[in-house]
Amino acid sequence: MSLFGTFDIASSALRAQSARLNAVASNLANAESATSSNGQPYRARQVVFQTAMTSAASHMPGVQVAAVIEDQAPPKLVYDPKNPLADANGYIAMPNVNVVEEMTNMLSASRAYQTNADVMNTAKTLMMRTLQLGQS
Amino acid sequence: MLLTAAMLSRIESYFAPQETALSLRARRQEVIASNIANADTPQYKARDFDFRTAYEAAVSGKPADALKATDARHLQPKTQVDPLSPELLYRNPYQASIDGNTVEMDTEMREFADNAIRYQAAITFMQRRIEGLRGAMQNQ
Repeated sequence: MSLFGTFDIASSALRAQSARLNAVASNLANAESATSSNGQPYRARQVVFQTAMTSAASHMPGVQVAAVIEDQAPPKLVYDPKNPLADANGYIAMPNVNVVEEMTNMLSASRAYQTNADVMNTAKTLMMRTLQLGQS
Repeated sequence: MLLTAAMLSRIESYFAPQETALSLRARRQEVIASNIANADTPQYKARDFDFRTAYEAAVSGKPADALKATDARHLQPKTQVDPLSPELLYRNPYQASIDGNTVEMDTEMREFADNAIRYQAAITFMQRRIEGLRGAMQNQ
């Protein structure tokens, strides 16, 4: 039945949007991390969305995270000769996280999450009314 | 009193219009939910179908896209399209976005709310039909 498919589609979107929110959280948390486990400055991570069939119950595709990519933009160079990580010229490589971009991304993701939760709620209401059909 | 097959089929046809409407409304709900889910997917194109065309095709039993035959020897496609899963069309965006996605949230939300209300209306009509039939069947 199509209404069950709506659940699957909306939940795939919830999963994808929360992955995006997760990436944003990671980027913001590491916006000032000059080193990471591999010795390089942290690179911003972005999720890539892709249309995908979610289940056999739905005829229509949902969405999934196809990949998490690292932003290849060069690290920001900050002049700070006192820092122990600074190079010979006194510059230190900082993560390429764009905080403004991340904040917009976060707002967009949380709005999309809300909308899809709404879709699920409506599907539930319709489902309940359908189940009550014929009962008086 | 025994229910004959003819009476049963009449009861079935009494409910059929609402049943068709409900199936198509549920299907459309799914199509729009898919658009909303893919609002941030690059290159995704928003889909939808025209309810009136789909409903008329489902009620008449003839696919909406039947080929026009002006001669008895003209061929029709062999495979019958399921009337309850109508052919999906593409939405024309008012403002195209750079990433090729044509989902416009305002349009989708309007269509979604509209479709949900109409689904509920179809349920109410169905409920009335059931009550009407039940009232007629009771011996008082």
